[in-house]
Amino acid sequence: MTLVEVKNLGKSYNAQTRVLKDVSFEVEAGEFVSIIGLSGAGKSTLLRCINRMVEIDEGNVIFDGLDVGSLNKQELRKMRTNIGMIFQHYNLVPRLSVIENVLHGRLGYKTTLQGVFNRFTELEKEHAFFLLEKLGIADHAYKRCDQLSGGQQQRVGIARSLIQEPKLVLCDEPIASLDPNSSEIIMDYLKSITKELNIACIVNLHQVEIACSYSDRIIGLSKGNVVFDGPSFMLTSAHTDEIYGTKTVETRKLVTV
Amino acid sequence: MEATTTLVKRRANGRISIKSGNKVEQVMAGTIFVLTLLTILAFFFFNYAGLDISRAIPETAYNLKTMFLEPALSHFTWGEAIYQVGITLGLAFLATILGAVIAFFLALMAATNLSNLWVSKTVRIVVAFIRAVPTVLWVLIFAIAAGLGSEAAVLGMLFHSIAYLVKAFSEAFEEVDRGILEALTATGANWWHIITHAVLPSTFTYLLSWTFLRFEINFSVAVAMGAAAGAGGIGFELFMASGFYFDMREVGLITYIILLLAIVLEIMSTQLKKRYFPAKAVR
Amino acid sequence: MNEKAMRSQRKWQTIIWVAIILVFTYLASDITNFNIIHGIATLPNAITWIFSNLTITSETLERLPKILEKLAETILMSIAATTTATIFSLFLGLMGSKTTGTSSVLGVFARFIASVARNIPVVAWALILLLSFGQNSMTGYLALFVGSLGFLTRAFIETIDEASHSAVEALRATGSTYFQIVFKAVIPQCLPQMISWILFMIETNIRSATLVGILTGTGIGYSFDLYYKTLNYSAVALVTFVIVISVIIIELMSNRIRKVIL
Repeated sequence: MTLVEVKNLGKSYNAQTRVLKDVSFEVEAGEFVSIIGLSGAGKSTLLRCINRMVEIDEGNVIFDGLDVGSLNKQELRKMRTNIGMIFQHYNLVPRLSVIENVLHGRLGYKTTLQGVFNRFTELEKEHAFFLLEKLGIADHAYKRCDQLSGGQQQRVGIARSLIQEPKLVLCDEPIASLDPNSSEIIMDYLKSITKELNIACIVNLHQVEIACSYSDRIIGLSKGNVVFDGPSFMLTSAHTDEIYGTKTVETRKLVTV
Repeated sequence: MEATTTLVKRRANGRISIKSGNKVEQVMAGTIFVLTLLTILAFFFFNYAGLDISRAIPETAYNLKTMFLEPALSHFTWGEAIYQVGITLGLAFLATILGAVIAFFLALMAATNLSNLWVSKTVRIVVAFIRAVPTVLWVLIFAIAAGLGSEAAVLGMLFHSIAYLVKAFSEAFEEVDRGILEALTATGANWWHIITHAVLPSTFTYLLSWTFLRFEINFSVAVAMGAAAGAGGIGFELFMASGFYFDMREVGLITYIILLLAIVLEIMSTQLKKRYFPAKAVR
Repeated sequence: MNEKAMRSQRKWQTIIWVAIILVFTYLASDITNFNIIHGIATLPNAITWIFSNLTITSETLERLPKILEKLAETILMSIAATTTATIFSLFLGLMGSKTTGTSSVLGVFARFIASVARNIPVVAWALILLLSFGQNSMTGYLALFVGSLGFLTRAFIETIDEASHSAVEALRATGSTYFQIVFKAVIPQCLPQMISWILFMIETNIRSATLVGILTGTGIGYSFDLYYKTLNYSAVALVTFVIVISVIIIELMSNRIRKVIL
């Protein structure tokens, strides 16, 4: 079953630079897809077009049968509850407790006042603890988030997205600020989520090796174009050269883009 | 979905607590609670003598309308107005510049890396005391103690300027790299050499911006002193126009003049702030 | 050679600065009839006068309850003006900040209100309000309220702008509403800094309240003015002393709070 369908997506922030050019692909439910490319290749923008954190300029994104670009505010909110998001810098509220941060994932299901006054049900709180335990950080539940290590904070971020009970999780460079050890833990969790809960996962990465070893499928992005789309094992060094411009002359050009 | 009971904190009613309940949260909640309570108390304790809200509000609205829509001068000329503004600016300038000079020396004594602990502590305590007396009281006290005149106003304003600048300057001095001081001491430089060759050059722009910020503050203080302590200048004219002639159109024009100058000074000091210390909040 | 040129340029810059400052000082002294020599000369006399006249005697101590009552009025007025202004400033701050602002028109409106309220001195507000509100606490309260509104709005706009934008993005991605984002992501991050500003505003307002009190005939400022005009210097000393003590206590308390929360 197709969960996300990106059709001829284009995006530009200003007249000169087009960040995304005619991007098309589909993602199945429960699929683990990595998007690789240099910084500035348009990975983050692509991800944010899927849940319309940035407006879509050209083409369509269809999520779960809904045309994301044409939803009104209310419908967009409702759609976003089905999409979890994980960030490079975790994007937690540093002064609040871990459990509060996790419960933020439920806000989309609440009315404004319920949310403002912390009207979370006991079931939701139990669920939050269940997730924290599963991610191995239940004993930090009442700590402030800024007292946790990077890897632990990212696990809070994962818990926050999972409590939404999403069909899709978008991960924007989830391990770029982490050491190799924590990175592995985080990637393992992401992988097991897709397997166990049948949640599709789209991950922006810039490390090819990690993308290859974890994902079912890789999409290579270069200067806003899809230059590779296929199963991980089909990615050859010729492709990575194209994505990363490893040819010496090319490197310069790409870095300055 | 069974969570382990040991880690879950429950409130008295059996619901799961989600607040971390640390000291910071308690103190913030306590502060907000106490302030709310005091506010409610305040409205009960207020002295409402002679207050007629139903009359006061439309009247104030009418006055504000007259002030801001029909400003005009009637008791003095434009030339005089500019002269009075000059006096206010002059008072502010004198208090600032004298304050900066005195504060510079006091700040050297207050900076912990340039002075010894006792001297620094003493200066800080004296400064805290000076700050605690409102400027207007200083001015009024000096007005009788030294005889009325601009000296009293400048002296009174000087005190707060010194207190403010000593704090700002000494913090700037304390940020001077310890290594530089050590290196100079090692070459056998004496204390004054260190000040003139290391401390002053590396902090000069800071000192200048802080001084200008104080000038901005002193302008409105000088207006206030003119109105409340008879120090002259545009503030005194404002007091006369509203309290003596009841001429709202003149009050309006004077307010416009003050507003304009204050905004110009504010823009200038924000520019300085942006240029020299973008990240710091300025008090 | 180059370094030498730079040095001499710097030297000249310094000289020009000093010259400008001296010229301004001369002009300022001239226009205000300020005589620095005279000022310094009267200083010893002034200090002697202060020490011989501003002494608290036992008979003035009898006035203490009355003075304390006025002091309480002033402190409560300052706190009430600050807290009520905080509520309005919070909304203006949310409107004016780039992070939480919903429309640029509202943003400009908030900044305009803040700028006018802040840059018209508290004395001017006090004098304007005095005409219709009369000599009571309400006048002083409103004058302080307007000043606080201007200052706090600007402070809050800066605080909200400085707070990290990342949590706002995360909450937006979960489908939260505007006010959920404000109360769950923005306020929790800004609250300590905001409380710090509120405490600072209370300290400032207590000092301003004395000034406003002199003009509007309320609170401790009125007591001071009364004794000052009737030449009762011993009572003047007592009032000053009481103000100093209360300002220092409030400063110490807010510093303690700041230490914990920031």
